[in-house]
Amino acid sequence: MSWLTKTLTSSIGKKVLMALTGLFLCTFLVVHLSGNFQLFKNDGGYAFNTYAVFMTTFPVIKVISYGNYFFILFHAFWGLYITYKNKQARPVGYAVTKNQSSPYSRNMAILGTILLVYIVVHMSDFWYKFHYEHLPYVQYTEQLNTGQITHAAMDEGYTQDVKKLETFNEAAGTRIVVVKDLYKVVSYAFQNIGLVLFYVLAMFALAFHLVHGFQSAFQSLGLRHSKYTPLIKGISVWVFGILIPIGYAAMPLYFYFFK
Amino acid sequence: MSNENMTIHLKVWKQKNTGSKGHLEDYTVNNVSPDMSFLEMFDVLNEELIHENKEPIAFDHDCREGICGMCSMYINGRPHGPLEGVTTCQLHMRSFKDGDTIVVEPWRAAAFPVIKDLVVDRTAFDRIIASGGYVSINTGNAQDANNLPIGKERADLAFAAAACIGCGACVAACKNASAMLFVSAKVSQLALLPQGEPERQSRALSMVAQMDAEGFGSCTNTGACSAECPKEISLDNIARLNREFLGASLSKPE
Ligand code: SF4
Ligand code: FES
Repeated sequence: MSWLTKTLTSSIGKKVLMALTGLFLCTFLVVHLSGNFQLFKNDGGYAFNTYAVFMTTFPVIKVISYGNYFFILFHAFWGLYITYKNKQARPVGYAVTKNQSSPYSRNMAILGTILLVYIVVHMSDFWYKFHYEHLPYVQYTEQLNTGQITHAAMDEGYTQDVKKLETFNEAAGTRIVVVKDLYKVVSYAFQNIGLVLFYVLAMFALAFHLVHGFQSAFQSLGLRHSKYTPLIKGISVWVFGILIPIGYAAMPLYFYFFK
Repeated sequence: MSNENMTIHLKVWKQKNTGSKGHLEDYTVNNVSPDMSFLEMFDVLNEELIHENKEPIAFDHDCREGICGMCSMYINGRPHGPLEGVTTCQLHMRSFKDGDTIVVEPWRAAAFPVIKDLVVDRTAFDRIIASGGYVSINTGNAQDANNLPIGKERADLAFAAAACIGCGACVAACKNASAMLFVSAKVSQLALLPQGEPERQSRALSMVAQMDAEGFGSCTNTGACSAECPKEISLDNIARLNREFLGASLSKPE
């Protein structure tokens, strides 16, 4: 075995891989959330729909998103593998246990499995549809002098080769943009109370997974010191355990109750 | 605190040998003084069993003053019982109430096979120590004090890590039966001091390799180990071991 495989397959190395992929996914969560905040804009989905086109066409982002898919799968299956190996370290269990650690730190694999199921559902709801299914198109017309944007749905069977068709009408002083209406798909999907509940529950799993996971990643990398560990733990609880899950859960709730 | 003697019900793990299947067996001990240690209660019970021509319960013990780490008992779901920072031998019956039922199990880990009843084989720890937990420099006679300049903070950290008695409660408490707290204490006490410097990198690498070979699980930072450690070894040591190991993997001259 080379020194690298030896290091990465040791008990510490295995956790380092979990930590690095986990921290990458944490960064992704922040970016994904800030992008999706455009769903809250009251502009007929203009900002969100053009953002979706940008995210799926800009080459650098495309590369990062393939990395992201890979890291999600790697983090999930490597984590399950570690859990399986760790179970083997105690073949006979205790009759009574009063474990002194937090319940979520002990159940990262269960929380993670819930999240994996969630990700599959989430991607087939939106990502798959956006990429592979026929979606309605929407046309946005911007008055160039006032910046005012109006929108109108395109005809049922309309389709175009490019993801975003942009034209200028010099005479009328307008800019016309035609894109797939993912915004409509989102707002339609979240009329389903079952789906909304599933999304909100999954965000609880996310919260507990990250309260332990974010700070645990630093410990696995050996980054622990009274100077900064309290800050890392604070971020773990307040940002990843509370703010981010609330931000995500707000989206299905917003569409269900206000749209 | 009551001085009345108590009746204690026990459910104790009985297992003939490593290969056999064990079970919990019920015992009742009368006249238990609150001032007895947990082990003394077992002595009383065993005396009675011997008088009745029954087989006594096998359990490990040696110093009975909290420094040898032999008295491995998993009491009511916690290694060394309900108190913090205390070994089984220093746990007293005043921590229990008259009529209590106490479940006593051995440490459970693939790397700590049960030899008999509550006695487990902890030689996996010895093999980990033998793989690197030593200094091979000739230390000569005892040095004059302050011959080696070591800062107070460092000395304190090394001392705190050296308090580990190798009892295995960390493994018993951990949901992954991980030995990281033990190994991290043993690596830290030497990594922090100049005497440990010559073998610092090879020590971290070989002790972790031996730990893995023994079949302990990998650490998931739940912190149950440190919460149950009778010597209150800090999780800081685990972070240090991670640094030592990763640093050595990346930079040890071949
Ligand atoms: S670290 Fe604590 S619990 Fe683990 S062996 Fe050492 S003294 Fe026992
Ligand atoms: S018997 Fe030595 S520590 Fe308990």
